[in-house]
Amino acid sequence: MSYATVIPEFVLRQSFIELDARSRAQTLMDPGSWRELVGPFDRIESPWLPEQGIAPQFDDGCVVLKGAIAGKATVVIALEGGFQAGSMGEVSGAKMAAALDLATRDSQNGKKTVAVLLLETGGVRLQEANLGLNAIAEVMASILALRQHAPVITVIAGTVGCFGGMALAAGLSSYIVMTPEARLGLNGPEVIEQESGIEEFDSSDRALIWAINGGEQRVAMGVADELVLDDAQKIAAIVRSHVEAGLPAVHRSQQVDLYRERIRALDTSRQIDPLTLRETWGGKTTVSKTRKGVTR
Amino acid sequence: MEQLKFEYPSAKRHVTKKAHVGVVGSGDMEVLMQPTETGSAYVSIQTSVNGFSSSWKAVMDRFFSKYDGAVRIDINDAGATPGSVMLRLEQSVEVIES
Repeated sequence: MSYATVIPEFVLRQSFIELDARSRAQTLMDPGSWRELVGPFDRIESPWLPEQGIAPQFDDGCVVLKGAIAGKATVVIALEGGFQAGSMGEVSGAKMAAALDLATRDSQNGKKTVAVLLLETGGVRLQEANLGLNAIAEVMASILALRQHAPVITVIAGTVGCFGGMALAAGLSSYIVMTPEARLGLNGPEVIEQESGIEEFDSSDRALIWAINGGEQRVAMGVADELVLDDAQKIAAIVRSHVEAGLPAVHRSQQVDLYRERIRALDTSRQIDPLTLRETWGGKTTVSKTRKGVTR
Repeated sequence: MEQLKFEYPSAKRHVTKKAHVGVVGSGDMEVLMQPTETGSAYVSIQTSVNGFSSSWKAVMDRFFSKYDGAVRIDINDAGATPGSVMLRLEQSVEVIES
């Protein structure tokens, strides 16, 4: 009996979550096609963190790789969740916005350039306050500019998830890919508990949090597109298929009337539970085929 | 915040590659290691934990008692223990000498 028959695929897979930001970006790109822009050896760090007694990082937690996916020009921008929870500061925000703007410029000049965002972030870096807010506003403007020419594909793998202003940025992208470990939401669970009390949201209740913010729920209720298990090859394949698919017919965030109507139609006289949202919004109550294929 | 600098003139061997390992997460650090032209090794450390300069010196002394590459080392530290520091340094050497 060989190992292949006794060890399930799940154990043999290469985890995507366990990779750092740089390795995640490299895994998605055509081998040998990429080069890093403003890498750690350029030493462009946050000037604000050391003044507050916090060690900065040489790449400010934002990795930009320019290269190709499925032979098409692509820029992959990855946030490092291990550094300050992937928060957006002046430098990391400027790197992301500038990379998106370069992709827009190339697209306008005839070289269509896709962007892939690997978001692992709590949103604004509080230590950089208004500069972080401004950075996210710039990133959102840059996404809106680029998505007129080429798709912007967001991958939220976990385990930090994507919260705060960067959840809005994710919402503007053409496609959102999530794993069951990933979370997507505007206010993080701790923030909601702190502001509205434990009766409103118990941030220690993991089942509750994942039932609301988790990848399975987000895809099933139709605010994210693909659910995929934590497997580097599978995630790369899904990103590749979206790069090849090109722009969607209509972006989710353009469907203002649809979502306004959905919110209007909700019965707020009783507690809205996750399953209700799946049934009324997504029409999907089962997990996508990518999950079934692996769980057996 | 504390800035520490050390120099090891005995580390003279020429190296060609550079390395970047680690992440500035709690209890961890990142290292940039790259060749110098002056035939000496330089270490520059930025750490968020104050008052451990003698521990840093001891770890660096021990590291350069075995390693002779003329490298410039830059470290951003978020409270790595001496054991973790040595592992990150050895990891950088692995990249540089591979």
